[in-house]
Amino acid sequence: MGLTREEVQRVAMLARLRLTAEEENRLTEELDGILHYMDKLNALDTSQVEPFTHAVDIVNAFREDKVTNQPNADALLANAPEKDETFFRVPKIIE
Amino acid sequence: MAHEETERLGPMKYEAVIGLEVHAQLLTESKIFCGCSTRFGSEPNSNTCPVCAGFPGVLPVLNKKVVEFAIRAGLATHCQVARSSRLARKNYFYPDLPKGYQISQYELPVCTDGYIDVSGAGNSKRVRLTRIHMEEDAGKNIHDLRNDSSLVDLNRAGVPLLEIVSEPDIRSPEEAANYLKTLRVILQYLAICDGNMEEGSFRCDANVSVRPEGTTALGTKAELKNLNSFKAVEKALEYEIHRHIETLSNGGKLAQETRLWDPDREVTRPMRTKEFAHDYRYFPDPDLLPLVIDYNWIAEIRASIPELPDARKARFMSQYGLPAYDAELLTNRKDVADYFDAAVKAHSNPKSISNWVMGDLFRVLKERKLDEQLYVMTWPIQPSQLGELVRLIDEEKISGKIAKTVFDALLDSGQSPQEIVAQKGLEQVSDTESIEKVVEQILAANPKQVSEYKAGSEKVFGFLVGQVMKATKGRVNPQKANEILKQKLTQAF
Amino acid sequence: MNLPALTVHEAKEKLRKREFSSHELTEAVFDRITATDDRIHAYVTLCREAALEQARYADDRLRKGNDLSPLIGIPIAIKDNFLTRGVRTTCASKILAGFIPPYDAATINAIRAAGAVFTGKTNLDEFAMGSSAENSAFFPTRNPWNTDRVPGGSSGGSAAAVSADQCIAALGTDTGGSIRQPAACCGIVGLKPTYGRVSRYGIIAFASSMDQVGPMTKDVRDCALLLEAIAGHDPADSTSVNRPVPNYSEALTRDIKGTRLGIPKEYFVSGMQPEVEKAVRRAIQVLEKNGAVIEDISLPHTEYAIAVYYIVATAEASSNLARYDGMRYGHRARAKDLTETYMLSREEGFGPEVKRRIMLGTYVLSAGYYDAYYLKAQQVRALIKKDFDDAFQRCDAIVAPTAPTTAFQIGEKIQDPLQMYLSDIYTISINLAGVPALSLPCGFDSDGLPIGLQIIGKHFDELNLLRVAYAYERSTEWHTKKPNV
Repeated sequence: MGLTREEVQRVAMLARLRLTAEEENRLTEELDGILHYMDKLNALDTSQVEPFTHAVDIVNAFREDKVTNQPNADALLANAPEKDETFFRVPKIIE
Repeated sequence: MAHEETERLGPMKYEAVIGLEVHAQLLTESKIFCGCSTRFGSEPNSNTCPVCAGFPGVLPVLNKKVVEFAIRAGLATHCQVARSSRLARKNYFYPDLPKGYQISQYELPVCTDGYIDVSGAGNSKRVRLTRIHMEEDAGKNIHDLRNDSSLVDLNRAGVPLLEIVSEPDIRSPEEAANYLKTLRVILQYLAICDGNMEEGSFRCDANVSVRPEGTTALGTKAELKNLNSFKAVEKALEYEIHRHIETLSNGGKLAQETRLWDPDREVTRPMRTKEFAHDYRYFPDPDLLPLVIDYNWIAEIRASIPELPDARKARFMSQYGLPAYDAELLTNRKDVADYFDAAVKAHSNPKSISNWVMGDLFRVLKERKLDEQLYVMTWPIQPSQLGELVRLIDEEKISGKIAKTVFDALLDSGQSPQEIVAQKGLEQVSDTESIEKVVEQILAANPKQVSEYKAGSEKVFGFLVGQVMKATKGRVNPQKANEILKQKLTQAF
Repeated sequence: MNLPALTVHEAKEKLRKREFSSHELTEAVFDRITATDDRIHAYVTLCREAALEQARYADDRLRKGNDLSPLIGIPIAIKDNFLTRGVRTTCASKILAGFIPPYDAATINAIRAAGAVFTGKTNLDEFAMGSSAENSAFFPTRNPWNTDRVPGGSSGGSAAAVSADQCIAALGTDTGGSIRQPAACCGIVGLKPTYGRVSRYGIIAFASSMDQVGPMTKDVRDCALLLEAIAGHDPADSTSVNRPVPNYSEALTRDIKGTRLGIPKEYFVSGMQPEVEKAVRRAIQVLEKNGAVIEDISLPHTEYAIAVYYIVATAEASSNLARYDGMRYGHRARAKDLTETYMLSREEGFGPEVKRRIMLGTYVLSAGYYDAYYLKAQQVRALIKKDFDDAFQRCDAIVAPTAPTTAFQIGEKIQDPLQMYLSDIYTISINLAGVPALSLPCGFDSDGLPIGLQIIGKHFDELNLLRVAYAYERSTEWHTKKPNV
């Protein structure tokens, strides 16, 4: 397979991680090794196997369409790094 | 030689290939995965909780009504309803997406392979639906100019949406607008979405490309966003199709891109170059169980679906003998259609009632901005009142003209038309004797005009009729008045 | 009387007999913490004032004497990935700096209602990712049996606290062995219930399809008592199962005659520490002497479990950790624009192991790789689950080691992530299949380090699981041994 540094950069971007050069190097090597280890799964023929979906055979967990929450903007915003009245303030989003 | 060839070939003819993606906000009380209210217009972040705000440790639980609405929409559009369906995570980063992923559907949507028959320009076009699936809405970002930051309100995060995707079967901007109108009315009839494009409860993105007429391969497509009205959809598509054809005709190349409609300049512009291509890394959401929809549930829902617009329109034409134009106007809102049925039940003159509804009633609704509601809650005049009014006309108790006065007086009053007619003394004068008396008076008072008539002036007849009307305060039966006036004029000689 | 050394059931009896109050018990536990935690570092946050308040309230209820939960007035430690309202919750990560939850996890609510006293939040590997508690952003916890050794992970803090009598019992979470392996390292009992038995609501998610809350206790009876208090359906957790909760503690008996115990051959391979194997085999003999019938079984897909786990768990984790973005809570870096803010906040906030797993998980889900990795792994996972379904046709419970070695040295494995991952070999399949499993002490190695015996049960058969464990425990003295702290 051979994981390249470019791929590591692409994945870091998808994951929103600003890796240092050192981290990029290290991760390229580590992840390559780990992914290599994963190749052992190819030894198994799974063409007729349904993928695992859930540990127990239960389906359809629903809730009724009812309003059960009381408004509480203060509690929600209590941990906000920055806020403006009852808005979360975040760096400017460019459309 | 070359000159001849070009003339024979002529310019290349292109056809447009359009597919539409609609996001419809559902009219549930609570959000799709938590018990927060979906009510619009509350203080920012007041209709939020740890679940829809993406706090650590929270888990989603699916609102059963959302599934019901999705199935309803699917049945009404002739879709296959999946026996087994799953919710999936669509992963990307954006401040209005609190979990860093949207719970949506990917491989196993709740409905597939449906269609809508769209009418327009005298024909009907079947537009196929690829799929209908459930997903959660994101929050809202507002730009704060004061300090160059953005403000995030998560009230809308978690509001349930249906995504309805059409096949690229649409061939013109007009057809696109008609498709949207038809779809919207269906959703309104089903009472699952109020279809308000301007407020964002019914959103549309368009995919458009062109290809030489007669070919089947798809051209490079553009995805259009920021289409906030039916007009915008039509104009944007027109613009974009033209741009594609221009570019290709000049030997240029088109980029597959997303473009925003600029309603002020009326052009499309490419979105700010996306620095990162989206890789959504869809996978089935492990926090939510597989959805198994059994036959009984589908049957229950099917039974609860009301008469849909198409069927209703056809019935109005066959049962009431209304022309297609009337039937269309009367059925593209469910509340109006219900109103009409009720009025006709009160008095069976569909054509006349249709005229009153499409004329005076619509006028009042527009004046009072009642047409902006999904369902008019309080009609300014009840169906029974309107029915009665038309009955009075048909029984010649009042004239059509007087009826207008009565109509205005009926608005917001609890009274019956008879009461108003009696109160205001508007009862039509139809008996020959009274009319003869009045006519004789008018003729006596206007000898000059009588002479003019005798001399051959038709125009003066109108004047004399007017005088009779005036003398009776418009209450005279116009046909009878005409008859008797003519009679007397002739007799006078 | 050494109050902190009591078990839940012992303390429960004595509280009702008024031999001491919950307040005294709680004070004694805090004294013990003060005396020992400078060397163990089990706790991230201590809640002394609140605990004493809870103890006073419990004493009140004890005085009134009506129907009381066994947990009333009992000091319990909570792993710091449980959300506790009003008490900072860190998940041993810098990215949650300053985060004070506005709500309690469902299981916290349950034991709060039962009248338990919370001593504080215990250390873990950051975001529960690790097998040693060395991945904590704050400090490594040390094994009370030998402070140069790891306590295991990720619930290392809870395990150490129970082992060192810094609490009467604790709660942990287990995604790939994170309750059982530290329980083995620290010589205590740790249970991972069936997936869906206990609510996950309010647990900071790591791998959603595997995470489970479980008790970490000094003996099996305590484990049963704690499980009773936390098990049950939670409508806020779609994956929690609506099944009645048996009275586990009352069902405990030493009688396991005729119980068929499967011994999986794949769990006794080279690479195991010989003393571990010896201790486990001796334990099997004890169980046989108690009347159990021993069967040789096979779990043929065991060797693929780690590959499956590190694809599926990291994939789920990469998605679960996307919400830590500095926008609504936690650490936000100073940066020039939105994208930079995301990237720096997460770079600064997450430790190396978390980043590694996020990268791995993102990769295996990304375009072009989904089929080869994620889909494939979920298919092999189905095979692993089927191994257990098949095995349970032939036996009632499975007996195996918990870990291939006893507690390793601090710093020994941290440099080689793959090596670290491979040490999860005996615990991981259990999480993939969703079956319950428990670890309890079955001996010591020549360095005096505890060895863990793992018992694995059928789905929702914690009753039998606890019975087998109880029978073993009561036939031995291991549970009476305490570290010298």
